Amino acid sequence: MSVRVQQAPFDPGVELNALHAANLGIGAVAGFVGYVRDFNDGQEVAGMFLEHAPGMTEKALAKIVEEAEQRWPLLRLDVLHRVGTLEPGEPIVFVGAASAHRDAAFDACRFVMDYLKTRAPFWKKETTPEGPRWVDGRDSDQTAADRWKA
Amino acid sequence: MISIQYFARYREALGIDGERLEWDASLACVDDVRQRLLARGGEWRVLGEQNLMCARNQELCGLDEAVADGDEVAFFPTVTGG
Repeated sequence: MSVRVQQAPFDPGVELNALHAANLGIGAVAGFVGYVRDFNDGQEVAGMFLEHAPGMTEKALAKIVEEAEQRWPLLRLDVLHRVGTLEPGEPIVFVGAASAHRDAAFDACRFVMDYLKTRAPFWKKETTPEGPRWVDGRDSDQTAADRWKA
Repeated sequence: MISIQYFARYREALGIDGERLEWDASLACVDDVRQRLLARGGEWRVLGEQNLMCARNQELCGLDEAVADGDEVAFFPTVTGG
């Protein structure tokens, strides 16, 4: 299991392949990659800055990973989130879950993303032709997280 | 003393990323701290937003979370990572 918060770019293919890591008990790997888009809320986006809360961020991600591990029989779960300056087309976030069977891998991957969206202290500031603007949280993100409540 | 941190849009609106505040029993919970700050008026009114989020000692919490001397409290807008 690993949680990483970093400025450096990453290669989603490398991350996905690393999940199996020659563990022959793993029968399923599910991965999610989030990318910076060049358009949002009716405006072109030339780039973005991702602010986070050092210390709190790592704790929040670790807690989400811990919850996922309690809910599903996972053999590995990796979360990687970038911070700092990013350009359109760059990967921002990677979540990869490995398990013996697909259900746990799919569900854990989605659970981690839904929780990360509403509980991990990251904030996006986009660069648009009209200047920089903070991205607002979406109600749909909260709805997505709520569906995991038991 | 307690330390208070502000992030993202709030940090920009307030012009500071944090401060220290003398703690006393009237600051029993996170909302008491928020009310104290709101009373400053002006740009501090941003902390009155409905969807404000908060944390105590680096963990997300509700506004009713108890606060003690030495704690670290943070206020921030809805998170938008991922």
